[in-house]
Amino acid sequence: MRKTRRAGSRAFMGLVFLFLYAPILLLIIFSFNAGGSNVVWEGFSLRWYQELFQDQRMMNAVYTTLLVSVLATAISTVVGTLTSVGLYGMKKRWREPILSVNNIPVMNADIVTGVSLCIFFVAVIAGWNDLVVDGWNGFVTFLEENFRRTLPRMPELKMGFLTLLLAHLSFDIPYVILNVLPKLRQMDNSLVDAAQDLGCTWPQAFRKVIVPEIKPGIVTGALIAFTMSIDDFVISYFTAGSTSTLSIEIYSMVRRRVSPELNAVSTLLFVVVLALLIIINVREARQEKRASLPLDGR
Amino acid sequence: MRNKLSWLAAPYVLWMALVVIVPIFLVIFYAFTTANSVELAEMEGGLRGLFSMFTLENFARMGTYTVIFTRSFQLALVATVICFLIGYPLAYVMSREGPGFQRTAMVLLMLPMWVNFLLRTYAWMSILENNGILNNFFEAIGLFSLINAVFGTDIQYFHMIRTQGAVVLGMVYNYLPFMVLPIYSVIVKLDHSLLEAARDLGASTAGVFRKVIFPLSLPGVLSGVTMVFVPSVSTFAISRMMGGNNQMLLGNLIENQFLGGAYNPHLGSAIALVMMIIVVACMWIMNRFGEGEERAVML
Amino acid sequence: MAKELIRLENCTMAFDGEVVLDNINLYINDHEFLTLLGPSGCGKTTTLRIIGGFQTPTSGTVFFDGVRINDVPPHKRAVNTVFQKYALFPHLNVFENIAFGLRIPKADPENKKKVKLPEQEIRSRVMEMLEIVNLKGFEKRRINQLSGGQQQRVAIARALVNQPKVLLLDEPLGALDLKLRKDMQNELKRIQQTMGITFIYVTHDQEEALSMSDTVVVMDKGRIQQIGTPEDIYNEPKNAFVADFIGESNILDGIMRADGVVEIFNRRFQCLDGGFEKDEAVDVVIRPEDVDIVPEDQGQLKGTVTNLTFKGVHYDTIVDFYGFKWLIQTTDYCPVGSRIGIKIDPDGIHVMKKSQYSGMFGDYSSYSEEYDEISDATLVPEEAEEEAHYEE
Repeated sequence: MRKTRRAGSRAFMGLVFLFLYAPILLLIIFSFNAGGSNVVWEGFSLRWYQELFQDQRMMNAVYTTLLVSVLATAISTVVGTLTSVGLYGMKKRWREPILSVNNIPVMNADIVTGVSLCIFFVAVIAGWNDLVVDGWNGFVTFLEENFRRTLPRMPELKMGFLTLLLAHLSFDIPYVILNVLPKLRQMDNSLVDAAQDLGCTWPQAFRKVIVPEIKPGIVTGALIAFTMSIDDFVISYFTAGSTSTLSIEIYSMVRRRVSPELNAVSTLLFVVVLALLIIINVREARQEKRASLPLDGR
Repeated sequence: MRNKLSWLAAPYVLWMALVVIVPIFLVIFYAFTTANSVELAEMEGGLRGLFSMFTLENFARMGTYTVIFTRSFQLALVATVICFLIGYPLAYVMSREGPGFQRTAMVLLMLPMWVNFLLRTYAWMSILENNGILNNFFEAIGLFSLINAVFGTDIQYFHMIRTQGAVVLGMVYNYLPFMVLPIYSVIVKLDHSLLEAARDLGASTAGVFRKVIFPLSLPGVLSGVTMVFVPSVSTFAISRMMGGNNQMLLGNLIENQFLGGAYNPHLGSAIALVMMIIVVACMWIMNRFGEGEERAVML
Repeated sequence: MAKELIRLENCTMAFDGEVVLDNINLYINDHEFLTLLGPSGCGKTTTLRIIGGFQTPTSGTVFFDGVRINDVPPHKRAVNTVFQKYALFPHLNVFENIAFGLRIPKADPENKKKVKLPEQEIRSRVMEMLEIVNLKGFEKRRINQLSGGQQQRVAIARALVNQPKVLLLDEPLGALDLKLRKDMQNELKRIQQTMGITFIYVTHDQEEALSMSDTVVVMDKGRIQQIGTPEDIYNEPKNAFVADFIGESNILDGIMRADGVVEIFNRRFQCLDGGFEKDEAVDVVIRPEDVDIVPEDQGQLKGTVTNLTFKGVHYDTIVDFYGFKWLIQTTDYCPVGSRIGIKIDPDGIHVMKKSQYSGMFGDYSSYSEEYDEISDATLVPEEAEEEAHYEE
């Protein structure tokens, strides 16, 4: 009775995981297909990988995605950690409302965040172009016409990499804070006191005690931020302007014409993610093992 | 000492005001104005112009999109219910397993989330297409000839892609982990002595589940429901890919107003505002049950 | 020996308008073992944190060696602390925990340059410290591989290795079990004597305070109730609070009829106290071990035994005298319901002036006030409030 129930629950789990992985397996298999179909197998080849690496557009998109994700992760990890420390020192009645606002980008529908940032960037850029750029360029024209001198003209701003990066920061930082702040609050309050008692100034105590103490939170926060950035489509779609990320490229490709190059991209991404996950898990397991060594182990 | 620290948060507070609060007010402003009304107000000028700028026209126009509204809610709701029906049992049976198994299962559950969701959805397209893998498979095992022979019909394939069912499938496929994870993290943290106490007090296995485990896991369920419903109701990529042009959802409507052919950011903002209100309602319900910070931890 | 080292003058501390310390005046001598004793929320930890530099008094002055140190941050004070839950750094091993303070570059007073201690010296000092606290061979251990008592020693070593003039200890033995606590008491006393430095010790355990200290400061409600040697505090409590908090006491209403004569329950008793006005209402303390049980007809007072608990060395006997329940510790067995008489020698009676605590303690209807409180649905536990102070 017990055994059948256990077998039943295992079978159920197996089915769900099959449902989750079947499409991914399919992508991987057909990335090695010689033909251009996702349905009919025409033999093994690396043709689509070759085409992928020659596709300048696609490679650019991959590069942009990686660059924006890495930059956004690095900045948001630093900013998020410092902000968390600030929030930690704050009185509850101030911290709570700030955290509620911090939750907005996490909870809100991506499309709403994307649309609102889009309007915001358009408005700011229009204002900047109207006031600063036009003003400066008008002044340059005035100089040229009346004094025969010239100065470099200012280009008009457009949505592009910078707005994309800002948008990514707007949703990455909250995740870092949400992971670091609980770790700070779990931390024994007197650890900081102890560090200061032993002669640390505040910055020293931060570096020598707080950071090692909340490191797991910082690492998780950074990982989540990176995942969110690299996986994001909706918000990037509304704020990238003329630049293109991998997600945007895929979306436009699906609308126009489907190329099996996509299979190759997904396979590569999957392999990279899998490798990263295995590394992280092995490292964690090893750490756990070390932490749980028996008392008399040296 | 600690109070001085709070200045470290000041730059971020400023940043949030700029990148979170101001954009929301811009959306609200756009939602209550139209291109026409702004132009007219500029011509008229002064205080009267300011007042005449605001209009409910965008909201009035939404009436024509009732079908899309209903469809969005229906599909998102169905997807959420299915996610719950699959996700809760999955989370429960996972939590009964040994620690090593649980760890592996968690990784397996999260792994697909790291593959771009557009790519995963794209894979489903080739499975569900009329001459896709699933139909080919049915053909190969002779399902169609069997059906045709029995019912006297003449079908060559099942029509699966570009239906509402396909859209729901896409939602369930993409957002199922969001349902499982919060429920699992609540169940797994349940104090084991509570369950023993319930048994000690005479509850059967089913009783323990109904009277102790399920009520205590409700915060996780709520969290999961929000995390599935909100992206489902607002998606536009899934509906575009799985539903084609005839299964438009709210998300597609908004997309169209900003980056599509029907360029009208004012109407788009109004719809986005409605969506925001839905999210706020969800958040409010969530907050009433506590559990603010745990969400991201378990992600 | 009696050189003054630390002085608190009129120190008051308030959080959000709530007064936690009320006008504290206290001086601490060099080489002294001084204990701040009181129930939770009495302000003892706040006093310690003010000395350690973690909190600045709302008003009043703190002197160290005659210099005002109100605004000197903790890392610049010649004071180190052993924290309540030890606050050992979990990411460092035993050696690195102890070496932590030594590895911080210190400003050289002569040329203002930051100097680092040479690794050799750090090593020898840490090793020496490990020897003092009996933890030789433990230097590579991780903190989570240590037992409570071992962690305790690491915390002491970590503080002492910096050669502070004063060591502050915040309920350091609170997390240990009873027997280990007794051993650690001796050990602490020994370390204090070997190192020859001042210890300021915070505890709510009166036995700990009495057995270790040179001076005990009894605190309650943010005020100092009494300062004295352990013997003074036990034998000559100043008010009902001190009498009740230190040891067991029966506290009764009395009237001072003359020097050496006090009236309780309308009967006159000989005592050794004097200097009160004639017919002044007073509190009378009678320690349970100072009462002799005699046959009913020979007793100065007569009562009925209502409760009897065997304690090993003696019986805790609760006796009802005219509705007032006394605790008597005696080796005589008197069954519940029996009528007995008692006799009290003059040196067993201690007379105190009336205070705000009169009438609150000293009746043994139940042992603890809490016992009555937990049956009272209208009272809200205080723990939530205490948390709030640390939030600031």
